[in-house]
Amino acid sequence: MSFAFTADRKKRFNALLKQYPDKRSAALPALHLAQDQEGYLTTETIETLAQMLDITPASLMDTISFHTLFHTKPRGKYLLQVCQTLSCSLAGADEIVDHLSHKYQVKAGETTPDGKYTLLKVECLGACDTAPVVQINDDYYEKVSKDKLNRILDKLP
Amino acid sequence: MSDYQPILTMHAGQPGSATRDYYLANGGYRAARRAVLDMNSDDIIQMVKYSNLQGRGGAGFPAGVKWSFVPRDDKRAKYLICNADEGEPGTFKDRMLINHNPHQLIEGMIIASRAIDCHLAFIYIRGEFAKEARLLEAAVEECRASNILGKKIFGGKYDLDILVYRGGGAYICGEEMALIESLEGKRGWPRIKPPFPAIEGYLRCPTIVNNVETLSNLPHIVNNGAEWFRGIGASPDSPGPKLYCLSGHVRKPGVYEAPMGTKLTTLIFTHAGGTTEGKKLKAAIPGGSSAPVLTADEIEDLKMDFPSLTAAGSMLGSGGIIVMDETTDMVQACYNLARFYAHESCGQCTPCREGTTWLTKVLRRFTQGRGRMEDIDLIGDITDNIGGLCDFSKGSFGKTICPFGEAVSWPIRAFMDKFRDEFEAYLPKEEAA
Ligand SMILES: Cc1cc2nc3c(=O)[nH]c(=O)nc-3n(C[C@H](O)[C@H](O)[C@H](O)COP(=O)(O)O)c2cc1C
Ligand code: SF4
Ligand code: FES
Repeated sequence: MSFAFTADRKKRFNALLKQYPDKRSAALPALHLAQDQEGYLTTETIETLAQMLDITPASLMDTISFHTLFHTKPRGKYLLQVCQTLSCSLAGADEIVDHLSHKYQVKAGETTPDGKYTLLKVECLGACDTAPVVQINDDYYEKVSKDKLNRILDKLP
Repeated sequence: MSDYQPILTMHAGQPGSATRDYYLANGGYRAARRAVLDMNSDDIIQMVKYSNLQGRGGAGFPAGVKWSFVPRDDKRAKYLICNADEGEPGTFKDRMLINHNPHQLIEGMIIASRAIDCHLAFIYIRGEFAKEARLLEAAVEECRASNILGKKIFGGKYDLDILVYRGGGAYICGEEMALIESLEGKRGWPRIKPPFPAIEGYLRCPTIVNNVETLSNLPHIVNNGAEWFRGIGASPDSPGPKLYCLSGHVRKPGVYEAPMGTKLTTLIFTHAGGTTEGKKLKAAIPGGSSAPVLTADEIEDLKMDFPSLTAAGSMLGSGGIIVMDETTDMVQACYNLARFYAHESCGQCTPCREGTTWLTKVLRRFTQGRGRMEDIDLIGDITDNIGGLCDFSKGSFGKTICPFGEAVSWPIRAFMDKFRDEFEAYLPKEEAA
């Protein structure tokens, strides 16, 4: 499967190249753009993007593998990212992981067979005052309890 | 509580506080206009130097002094990067500043850019803050549309644009050299210093990295003067307003603005309403997870500013205060942090990469009741090997490329030394005997 930006994204990508003093600096914004569009980064996407940025696919891969928000394998429609660092842990984050794990019958790092949910344990999300925190895709859900989380999850399309 | 009037968070919570028009209606961009039209680089640097504004990102380095390292008459472009990576566990103030007052930050960036003669500045924001990144983009757009950013801003001769750059989810990218590498589209591996970024940073050009909160102070310093700023807080050597983040076992977790040097007990018991359910206070981490933990006894009378925390054997760091009451299992807490650091080590230096993994393994063994007496010394050896002790006399400081090494070893070591009895209590019976 080859990769191409949609017309709108292509425009944004070209704008990026104009804004940054060198092409490679546009790598992270370009990767975000591509991943938003495709869901994850395939080999073809990486090869095409590397060409557009004038670097080798291997060196773009190096950047991708370092930054945890980029993924090269399909993930669930909903990424359930539970913060497990100290303030969230003090506020009961472990129970939240156990609850989700039980609810969807997955371990952390796994995706449900229907491809809908991926459960991830993540590190401090920078919102420790509203612990425990769960990020679902781009959105933060704060001060969650099992019940509150159930209500949120049930409302997702 | 005292009669202190918030400065940085004055408008927080007001409807529309994140918009340009609200900001302008409340005196916004007066300072930037003045910096661009009526002040030169020296004027600004001198003013900020005299103000004693110390970096709020962790290290507390004086901002004006850092700017003065940028070489003059150098043909290369100069860059300013706002560090909005906010990854230090226990820290969530920059997110608040961005959400409630993005224009205060942009105004600060205009002033800092003018001071170092930068024409393209960046806001490196952690990738998870997608909403905040969009909000900043919108604020930048508003400025471009009204000659606050772009060509010949405020009708003068100075050009400046700002780009918002979303990171990719890596704690180490908060370290300034790793951040620069990541901004260049590479893996976030810290570079060896020197050369410092002020000499050779982004694209090998002179670069200043400053934290969101540091930059947000600048409009107020330009408007009210350095003398005014020095008068805020307990000491003119470490002055200014400070955002303290309180989380963990407190009744009212949140960001509280108070003068630098406010007592830690005041923050915990007055601002944050005391411990949850009124339990006894056991300990607090005063400045983000990298700051060595302090026991309840050590906290008595402790002033929260840079010199006082250093004197207490810890650090003010990012101002992230994690409060732990008597129910806290310190072995678990220590393991939790070790695990965090093992996950976040960039893997470049062997002592840090291997050491953090070993610490996590040994501590996990402890939490499972399989610890051994000699593990207590082993933990000491590993932390000593990664980053040295809090005991500077041992001379084992600066063993790794970046300060992450110390940021792991000091807090782990402090947990061990201060709560040793709890570690021993986890030993199996035959070991403890
Ligand atoms: C491991 C590590 C993580 C860091 N994370 C951050 C961060 O998230 N935000 C920040 O402003 N500074 C962070 N710093 C400090 C930066 O390297 C740098 O000193 C700071 O951004 C400078 O800004 P300031 O002088 O305004 O404080 C970190 C440092 C280290 C060693
Ligand atoms: S100390 Fe750790 S985080 Fe810093 S450069 Fe070395 S391996 Fe990377
Ligand atoms: S510890 Fe979970 S958001 Fe900081």
